[in-house]
Amino acid sequence: MGFMQLFKHILGDDWGVHPDDHKRPAADQPVRVMPVPAKLYLPLQQHLGGAARPVVLVGQRVRKGELIAEAQGMVSAPVHAPSSGTITAVTEITAPHPSGLTLMAIILETDGADEWCELQGCDDPFLLDPAEIGKRVAAAGVVGLGGAAFPSAVKLIGASRAKVTTLVMNGGECEPYLSCDDRLMRDAATGIVDGIRIMLHTTGAAIALVGIEDNKPEAIAAMQAAAAGFDNVQIRPVPARYPMGSEKQLIQVLTGIEVPADGRPADIGVIVHNVGTALALRAAVREGKPLISRLVTVNGNCASQPGNIEVRVGTLAEEVIAFAGGLKGDGLGLARRVMGGPMMGMQIPHWRVPVVKGTSGILAFDTVEVSEQEPNPCIRCGSCIKACPMGLLPLEMSARIRNEAYTEAIGLGLKDCIACGCCAYVCPSKIPLVQYFVHAKGELSAQDRAKLRNDATKKMALQRQDRLEREAREKVEAAAKRKAERAAAAALAAQTTAG
Amino acid sequence: MNATSLTAQPIASPHAHGGNSVSRTMFRVQIALVPATLYGFWLFGWPSFFLWLLTILSCLGFEALALKMMGITRIRRTLLDGSALLTGWLLAMTLPPWAPWWVAVVGGFIAIVVGKQVFGGVGQNVFNPAMVARVALLVSFPVPLTQWVYPLPLTSLAAPDFIDGLRIFLTSLPQPDAMASASLLGYTKTELSRGIDLLQSLAGEHAPVLSWIGARSGSFGESASLLILGGGLYMLACGIITWHTPVAVLAGIAIPAAIGHAVDPTHYLSVSAHILSGAVMLGAFFIATDYVTSPNTTTGQIIFGIGIGFLTWVIRTWGGYPEGMAFAVLLMNALTPVIDRFIKPRILGRDRKGKPLDIPESKGA
Repeated sequence: MGFMQLFKHILGDDWGVHPDDHKRPAADQPVRVMPVPAKLYLPLQQHLGGAARPVVLVGQRVRKGELIAEAQGMVSAPVHAPSSGTITAVTEITAPHPSGLTLMAIILETDGADEWCELQGCDDPFLLDPAEIGKRVAAAGVVGLGGAAFPSAVKLIGASRAKVTTLVMNGGECEPYLSCDDRLMRDAATGIVDGIRIMLHTTGAAIALVGIEDNKPEAIAAMQAAAAGFDNVQIRPVPARYPMGSEKQLIQVLTGIEVPADGRPADIGVIVHNVGTALALRAAVREGKPLISRLVTVNGNCASQPGNIEVRVGTLAEEVIAFAGGLKGDGLGLARRVMGGPMMGMQIPHWRVPVVKGTSGILAFDTVEVSEQEPNPCIRCGSCIKACPMGLLPLEMSARIRNEAYTEAIGLGLKDCIACGCCAYVCPSKIPLVQYFVHAKGELSAQDRAKLRNDATKKMALQRQDRLEREAREKVEAAAKRKAERAAAAALAAQTTAG
Repeated sequence: MNATSLTAQPIASPHAHGGNSVSRTMFRVQIALVPATLYGFWLFGWPSFFLWLLTILSCLGFEALALKMMGITRIRRTLLDGSALLTGWLLAMTLPPWAPWWVAVVGGFIAIVVGKQVFGGVGQNVFNPAMVARVALLVSFPVPLTQWVYPLPLTSLAAPDFIDGLRIFLTSLPQPDAMASASLLGYTKTELSRGIDLLQSLAGEHAPVLSWIGARSGSFGESASLLILGGGLYMLACGIITWHTPVAVLAGIAIPAAIGHAVDPTHYLSVSAHILSGAVMLGAFFIATDYVTSPNTTTGQIIFGIGIGFLTWVIRTWGGYPEGMAFAVLLMNALTPVIDRFIKPRILGRDRKGKPLDIPESKGA
């Protein structure tokens, strides 16, 4: 603990937590490139937003990089073939989600040729119009590689409209166990800096601040060397503290500005991108290569050879682990399978789940690492309050949620919760606080949906009533009219007869 | 798919834990109490040891009994969390060192059953259980609760041996006058009420000496202010408590004491007399910092602490009792929910009232 940290600790200004990072030795291993597996499972939804729509037929042959599903809607991203081969099915597979629910996916049987389709690159992206770059990034299916997988083009285009001044690059990688960003910054710093410069050009931002946690000195050195010639790309080491890589926290640390609760970073002139995204964006713009592979950290006490592996999107976690060296003792002692980081990642029900664009890690934890324990009553120690990076009262919120007083929980900041997990990490009573908050958020959105549905039903019932009344009225009116007409006709006939 | 997909409970993140636990926290508080406790044994001899032991045992016993009567099955686990043990320990620290056995038993009952389990057990009580018991005992049995003894270190000849100690503890015979003594606070209060001001009373030959190392009459565990301070600093270093509450309590009593003493030293005790006497140190570091009954936020803890310190000074100066720590703690315990209601941390991106920060109209170019 450094002096400043100790000082802040004594003052109590110490948001977040300092978990053991477990990043080494995995971070120090050279990247291994995994060969193309026989089958790739490509979910149509690997990003935040609308699912992509397949544009291939079963039996169709595709080449590497070819579009196989197009973006649908404003916020969406296309999917490309990570290798050449034949489409064998469009079917449901297990989603990378703890529920074990299924997700539509395209299944590609690879032919081993790994033959590229024609790519349209660009020698000097700085001559391109920002809108054109946005288009190319969108077409390449680039999404945020930090984990949230938000379509990058949407952010870039939004940023150039919102007149963003600062580009915050997230090289924090604050999640323990993960080291894929660290590895990328060490190995491909020049490419990342080039990607950052293209991002600056696209968004019109004046400066890029690259935040890297100070537990990655090699990455900081590599990035500093790569950014040496560019005044508008600044490498800023930040203290290693979880959740430093969270958007709002990183912005505050690097720029000193707070993102308003109901606003977005663009509202204060900032956008945040992950360093891995910069590299993917560079490949998309300069070489026309779509996002078809990524770096994945395999780690955890059960992984026999932890390290970073370059994997084609759509590869099953099972095969990644097998390539990485398998599990110790054939998985004996495996307590939990996690995709992503240990703080915010998802537990997955089995290993037959594909790596998607947002998968940063595949973690195999033993019982020591997850230490499942029955929760004890809250002793109001306030550790969760000190740890919360958002300034919430987790213990009060969970007490309200237990009593189903969701409105009160919102008053305490439930909707500001970023689900970072600091509160549950420090809780001496091992109360699963995040689970409470996730549950409450789910309940609230279910209530909102039910309300919408009720309102719609009510509206339809009212409309039906109106329609029935109108029809009845019209019927009566029509009958009266017919009667009047008949009477008139009869009178006319009588007149004619009489005449 | 396979069976795990059907049986695995979805477990929300995080998948890692910092390793802290309730029992570890309680254990560390107990470690912090050890020096002052051992010193107390040495100072007041075997009777104080029996008192300490029985207070803890009765707290554990009543905890087990209460849980059993409520039909809670996790008795062993709850006892092992260390909270009842700690309550008993803290209560023993505040009792006169030669208090008879039934004080320990009744105290344990009040602390655990009335002070804690009636509210719903650990984490639910409004008032600090040890202080509830201390005050209830003091109000109900004022005589045994205000009988102080001269420190008779174990090595001294006059100190009761094991058997004598047991006899004193079990028979609650009236103490020989030669051993009885008054605490500094009690003595000055009595003398003031007789019209003898502080300058005269403290200059008299019967005046109790204010000793930094704690060799003076007083409650079993409150004498050694410096050892208690040491325990408190250990807890600060471990991160079990933060500086806010203890500093606020000490400031809450020191500031009015300093003003009072400067204005009229004949009627107002000095800062050192206030801080080193009675339960101030123990209260500041071990009682007021109780998680359950103190506010959640650091700002709230400062208000809470200042309130305790100030009320203690007020009760000591003008109240009917020479010592006011326990009363002050209970009064501020009652205010804790109110403090927590009004003082909340500021949420990132919102102002103090919870309204979102304004989105700036124009961004600086």
